[in-house]
Amino acid sequence: MLRGVRNWLTVMRCKGKRVITVGDPTFPVLQHVGLSGLMVSFARQLSEPANRAALAFRQAVDQAGIVGIEESATSLVSVFFRIAPDRFDAVQDRVSDLLATQNWFQTGLPFGRRLWQVPTVYGTDLAPQFEEAAAAAGLSPDAALRDLSTTRVRVLTIGFAPGQPYLGTLGQPWDIPRQTALTPRVPPGALVVALRQFVLFSAETPTGWRHVGQTAFRCFRPDAAQPFALAPGDEMLFEPVSPKDYVRIVAQDGSGNGGATCNEIAA
Amino acid sequence: MTGLLVQQIGPACSLQDLGRPGYLDRGLSCGGAADVLALHEGAALLGQSPGCAALEMSGLGGRFVAQQHLRIALTGAPMQAVLDDKSLIWNASYAMRAGQVLSIGGARAGVYGYLHVGGGFDAPQILGSRAAHLTAGIGELVQAGDALAICPDPGGPVGQRLPEQARFAGGPLRVLAGFQTPLFAQDVQDRFQTANFQRAARANRMGVQVEAPGQGFAAQGQLNVLSEIIVPGDIQMTGDGQPFVLMSECQTTGGYPRIGTVLPCDLPLIAQAPLGTPIRFQYVDRAAAMTAQAAFEAHLQGLRGKVQPLLRSPAEIGGLLSYQLISGAISATAGMEDWG
Repeated sequence: MLRGVRNWLTVMRCKGKRVITVGDPTFPVLQHVGLSGLMVSFARQLSEPANRAALAFRQAVDQAGIVGIEESATSLVSVFFRIAPDRFDAVQDRVSDLLATQNWFQTGLPFGRRLWQVPTVYGTDLAPQFEEAAAAAGLSPDAALRDLSTTRVRVLTIGFAPGQPYLGTLGQPWDIPRQTALTPRVPPGALVVALRQFVLFSAETPTGWRHVGQTAFRCFRPDAAQPFALAPGDEMLFEPVSPKDYVRIVAQDGSGNGGATCNEIAA
Repeated sequence: MTGLLVQQIGPACSLQDLGRPGYLDRGLSCGGAADVLALHEGAALLGQSPGCAALEMSGLGGRFVAQQHLRIALTGAPMQAVLDDKSLIWNASYAMRAGQVLSIGGARAGVYGYLHVGGGFDAPQILGSRAAHLTAGIGELVQAGDALAICPDPGGPVGQRLPEQARFAGGPLRVLAGFQTPLFAQDVQDRFQTANFQRAARANRMGVQVEAPGQGFAAQGQLNVLSEIIVPGDIQMTGDGQPFVLMSECQTTGGYPRIGTVLPCDLPLIAQAPLGTPIRFQYVDRAAAMTAQAAFEAHLQGLRGKVQPLLRSPAEIGGLLSYQLISGAISATAGMEDWG
């Protein structure tokens, strides 16, 4: 075995309390990413409790104000810390101790989250894959519309492009695969679906996800004082509007919110 | 008029500084100069902060006219450089008077050359940085006809030089194993460490592809990896088992498995490796990695102490010859008219 890998495994043994074997890690687990990255993973696959655990644990570590942590971020089921290399070991010990203080799968969601209600056109030529996606989910267009427009989804993580949320989780029918062929381009504000998740695209992009809705919401506003609209843990509801209302919203709301409302979620 | 007028420019030049750390949770990678050492060298030569924005020139420079008196410095990949009719030594600082014309040609070695000005280039600060981050839609490539604004220069030395820090010929890159390294079978890891790679055709500020003859380096269960945070230096294995070394403008998360992470101090070597340059990967343990990175940081801190006056001594003339400024096969200006 490589020296570097053995070193990694040793870390797991001394701080994770359990013997970690490759291929069957027991979660949560601390792992290294390069020279200055420490990652705490709560699951091997995406699950709602694991995402909640990651969000809650990140907030707890951030609040502990540990000297040496330069940045933190969550992915779907993990928390990442960028650490000053000369403080790495001390920070790792503190993070590990905090991890052991409670069962993070059973904690509540962090406070300070917001609910965004975003006017959305489903189908029409603005979102041409709505009916195809409904069929893939085995639903009538009416049932699909009801499902997608009334499911409050959470920002599971932000990534791939600036400010761009992965949102979930949708009901089981929406466990539809990505298309094998890419849609050459969908516009900014496109709401796309696959794998029981939405993505709300921040920029024009090719995608394998199906384009079911169109919003005038801008996830990334480089020239604004606050360029990022969303934070991990926020919730979103995509409320149906007619193409006519959508055109009016585009004309009237220059803020990037696309007519969306934003309210603090009570803790 | 003030600033620096761009009359001609290579196809991939942009303003860069140390980037925007701190926005991984919002999907924005740090970005910033591909060769951080070059940024620090320019700052040392001009006696200013390494946070000052410089013009990063990929492969090819441009022709620039000073609209005001300037101090300039040239670092990174050595390029043909002529100020009016005078050839300039690379890795040095100069005075550039209003009206003078600076022509920077193709790279003679390496990939990214840097043009620094006293005070640094000015541009709107977005999230604390002036750096273009093209994949994020922040800033733009510099175009012919642009007038680059310049921050006030409190003044400082010119006519200085720094010894060139060799980093334009590839070589072994030191790698730390990471959380996904065990996804690769031991024999794949062994081959990865002994393979003679070359820098491949696909390379930009997001990532650099390397290739080796023979079998690829695929992980077991290549396609079932959950997307996790990416850091610059991560060696990502695409579906066909070909490695990409991710650079400063990479995406923030990714689902391709990573066989390890190149040390930050070795990233300038891969950034500055032109097509076909030999590359090897060598795993090191954390202690060795910490030592190497600390030495690099110390080198950056000590650069100001290594600055020397630029003298026209016989030794210098020898230096000029070795840079092929006099007898080199490439004329500093030939070809620059073809850019259209």
